[in-house]
Amino acid sequence: MTRLDKGGLVDRSVVLSFSFDGRRMEGHPGDTLASALLANGVRVVGHSVELGRPRGIFSAGPEEPNALVRVGADPMLAATTVELYEGLEAWSLRGKGRVDLDATDDRRCDKGYLHCDVLVVGGGPAGLAAALSAGVAGARVILVDDQPRLGGDLLNSRVRLDGSRALDWVALVRARLASMPDVRVLTRTTAIGYYDHNYVVAVERRPRGERLWHLRTAQVVLATGAQERSLAFPGNDRPGVMLASAARTYVNRYGVRPGRRAVVFACADSGYEAARDLRAAGVEIAAVIDPRPQAPAEALAGQVVTGTVADADGLLTEVLVGDRRFEADLLAVAGGWNPVVHLFSQSQGRTVFDEEAQAFVPGASAQAERSAGACRGRYGTAEAIQDGYAAGCQAARPAGKRQGGGFRVPETDELPLRPPAAVWLVEPQSTDAPDVFADLHRDVTVADLARAAGTGMRSVEHVKRYTTAGTGADQGKTSGAVVAGVMSALLGAAPGQVGTTTFRPPYTPVSFATLAGRDRGALSDPVRTTAPHASHVARGAVFEDVGQWKRPRYFPLGGETMEQAVLRECRAARTGVAAMDASTLGKIDVRGAGAGEFLDRIYTNMYSTLRVGSCRYGVMCTADGMVFDDGTTTRLADDHYLMTTTTGNAAAVLDWLEEWRQTEWPGLEVSFTSVTDHWATVAVVGPKAREIIGLIAPGAEELAFMTYAATKVLGVDGRVFRISFSGELAYEVNVPWWYGRSLWETVLDLGAVPYGTETMHVLRAEKGFAMVGQETDGTVTPQDLGMSWLVSKRKPDFVGKRSHARPDTARDGRKRLVGLLADDPAAFVAEGAQLVGPTGPMLGHVTSSYVSAALGRSFSLAMVRGVAVGDRLSAVSGESAVPVTVVEPVFYDPGNTRRDGDPAVRAVAGRAAGCRKESPAAAFAGRFEAAGSERVRLREVPFVRMWEVRGADPGVGLRLGPDWWLVTGDTEERPGWVDVSGQRTVLELTGPGALDVLITGCPIDLHPAVFPGHAQTLLGKAAVLLERFSEPEGEGGYRIYVRSSFATYLAEWLLDALEG
Amino acid sequence: MLLIDCPHCGPRDENEFRYGGQAGIAYPETPASATDAEWAEYVFLRDNPKGWFDERWFHVHGCRTWFTLRRHTVTHEIWNP
Repeated sequence: MTRLDKGGLVDRSVVLSFSFDGRRMEGHPGDTLASALLANGVRVVGHSVELGRPRGIFSAGPEEPNALVRVGADPMLAATTVELYEGLEAWSLRGKGRVDLDATDDRRCDKGYLHCDVLVVGGGPAGLAAALSAGVAGARVILVDDQPRLGGDLLNSRVRLDGSRALDWVALVRARLASMPDVRVLTRTTAIGYYDHNYVVAVERRPRGERLWHLRTAQVVLATGAQERSLAFPGNDRPGVMLASAARTYVNRYGVRPGRRAVVFACADSGYEAARDLRAAGVEIAAVIDPRPQAPAEALAGQVVTGTVADADGLLTEVLVGDRRFEADLLAVAGGWNPVVHLFSQSQGRTVFDEEAQAFVPGASAQAERSAGACRGRYGTAEAIQDGYAAGCQAARPAGKRQGGGFRVPETDELPLRPPAAVWLVEPQSTDAPDVFADLHRDVTVADLARAAGTGMRSVEHVKRYTTAGTGADQGKTSGAVVAGVMSALLGAAPGQVGTTTFRPPYTPVSFATLAGRDRGALSDPVRTTAPHASHVARGAVFEDVGQWKRPRYFPLGGETMEQAVLRECRAARTGVAAMDASTLGKIDVRGAGAGEFLDRIYTNMYSTLRVGSCRYGVMCTADGMVFDDGTTTRLADDHYLMTTTTGNAAAVLDWLEEWRQTEWPGLEVSFTSVTDHWATVAVVGPKAREIIGLIAPGAEELAFMTYAATKVLGVDGRVFRISFSGELAYEVNVPWWYGRSLWETVLDLGAVPYGTETMHVLRAEKGFAMVGQETDGTVTPQDLGMSWLVSKRKPDFVGKRSHARPDTARDGRKRLVGLLADDPAAFVAEGAQLVGPTGPMLGHVTSSYVSAALGRSFSLAMVRGVAVGDRLSAVSGESAVPVTVVEPVFYDPGNTRRDGDPAVRAVAGRAAGCRKESPAAAFAGRFEAAGSERVRLREVPFVRMWEVRGADPGVGLRLGPDWWLVTGDTEERPGWVDVSGQRTVLELTGPGALDVLITGCPIDLHPAVFPGHAQTLLGKAAVLLERFSEPEGEGGYRIYVRSSFATYLAEWLLDALEG
Repeated sequence: MLLIDCPHCGPRDENEFRYGGQAGIAYPETPASATDAEWAEYVFLRDNPKGWFDERWFHVHGCRTWFTLRRHTVTHEIWNP
């Protein structure tokens, strides 16, 4: 054991047991895995990646290139960054990680979003002083530091401030920071990336899993310190060769002796500090070697270490200095300091080489950022404190805060530092000398670098890629400057001319689990569900993803395959009655005096002439004339339309309409409101559909084709549209979301056979209806689909019209929609199959292919050029070529004789039972209740009446946009208000911990002084309206208005967040 | 992640917005009389400068307002007059 009897910051009264490569060992709270391994006499921690050489602990921080271990599910961590805990199991590695497939990763990672005036990175002397001065000035401050406790290098040193322990000064500053309500200190938190617009990402290590902090700040103070470096000399990779600052850290902070007898290679004065501290801890100092000609008496001046000698196990036994040999098991190397400029460089600032410090230091800033202390070469403690304090004051100034006073820089007992020696490379003196390593992690030697230089490479970026120097998990923290220095020596150029490679995020390795946070498993992407979703699940539906929606694809009965189920469902729709949940279709309420004119400009056909109460199918194009979306639009009143869109394009179409209204036609009086989630829609389809409609919406069964009625459906205000996507008699029945599940179950109880999207596809394809996204791909015009009849010749213009006259769109020989029948009715033609003629090139491709119950055979749709009905083609897919014949694309009922259903089926007397009401998060009531605590409670506030209001300020409600309000509650509806009561539900988060939950998913600044009371933004991956409320009694909380279809996702997300 | 100042909602993260490309491309007054070249210019051709660029953004997850801002395509600086 090499643990000292006293000293350091470890708690010797508590013993933690852990294992390394299966060996039981003991350590203490405050240890890292590295310090505990040293305390247990472990000198070889792993082997190098290429050469398999034994390697020991080299550093005491995140720069570690050697001591890489696997811990649990983490395939590779630096032992110097792992805090010891009871039961830790670590395994050595050979240079690279190994994923243990049996390891379970039960971490619960999440994210956090914070905003501040001043972000200080680093809790050493400069960072503490910066946070203090910015905090005193009244700025909102966040201080992040990667260590478990504040102090930076003061934790590792024996420097005294104002005659006391430096940590006493740290404690004073920490206490003052803790007393400031707008200063937040995050320890165990590593800033890993600095992105545009002062966006800094940091990882906080917590026992239950990391939190990824997203920090947005007005000003940044980088106080990231400096890392000591080694230099290239023969045998510099032996276990026992260690950075001098690390050796000092192990004795001072961890109370561990890293060796018995040491040689100190003091290219910089930090070597003398290390020698002093090691000596005080009982380590014998065999020699101090200082390359500089002027050196203190204890040193061998003007000398360098020229080699090392190892025993049979590869452990250091002797250090060579020219002809002299020193017995030693520790060689402490002080090669100089590298300011930690990683974040500065990521912020797009350029580093410059400081000749005096022999280091790359920050040059001009690219963002609102400043560096302070050792990370810009101010190494002395008092100097760093002074520098940090000034930086904090300057950073707080733009926030318009008062300036603090009464701060005094403490006096230190440090000696002034001399410039380091400009030594990067000690050449081997003989051919049998041991290798000279430049990058320990990647096993890159000076010989490798010389080979790169010999091939003519001059750029360090090329050398990096050729040799792999700097590409290890440590990203060359200890090797970067050495490579630049060695290259400069090899090329005869200054290190500043050689430069560094680009510093890229992350600063330290980050696991994917950390980046994913809560977005794992079921929460990885929001799942949108319809009102009847629970019924579909209970019925055993097989779902498919359409956009973010879960839609039933088919409803198998008793072990049916998809093909069997679809044939049965199709038969029901063609011969009886069937029903589909069509709630996912986009629905947009279009209002205003200019609504008809607007639709005329957006659609290819006319809507201003549509009779009130009638529906019309329409296609819209993008400006290039290509089909963008289609659907049915109904005129509800003179100045009021309801547009439907495809499921996948609903949001894009709404954006599209807003774009044209706001940017091109602001003069048109028209507004758009999404009511997709407000209305649940059930399509009732089939020759016998009339009977069911008569029972659920008496009178609506008599609607004429392509008309609509606002009517009672199961006793609630609903809408029935007589539109068909199958060629059969069909109705689309709409009720508000709350009643959707009840409507669906009633329709099935009355005998409708449920069908899914697959049957919908077959039915529409049999009729030759093209599907946006299936037949179209952004290169298809309405004319290509055979829809010239839908493109108005009378309108002077509509979006895309001029493009239909472009030479390429108007030419003959474009791909057009055709039908295909295989010679063998049982042969199946694959969607995507290429179509070729007897000789020629590829003519087109198959877009849809199904087996039809009505036709008793397979059939396909295709986009093909230059063919006529009767032409023979081959459909080639993989190894198969199926002979097919081109036919008209309408396979079923070309005369539309089935449109009005079975005339014998009339409405029967009677009426179905009333509608049951259910709120979108009703199923969560019990789990919400159970998840509540003193700190935070969650509940749904169901059935809140809501209207969206456009135009003039209604004087009530929440303002959502320039001319847009949401009115809620017991208000009397006024003309023009759009009822959206079913569009959203309200989840209410209350209690003192509510804000802590919200910051794990809401990116905006929720600080009470900044948050205006309500905002539309994101929570998790769902768009929400967030409203803060207060109550006369109690603390109030937040109302989260979320789309009904996202309620399940957000409920699960919030429950996960409440669990912590 | 850019921080974009929405004229209605204030500063928000970039992922609340949709990018709308170059600003100031007006819809031709009489598309029917535009030559093929003029029409192609409107539909297909956009500037791609290295430097300051006026571009449109849509606050899709907020107030749903289209607006124009000036961004430097190299530094991502946003013009704040």
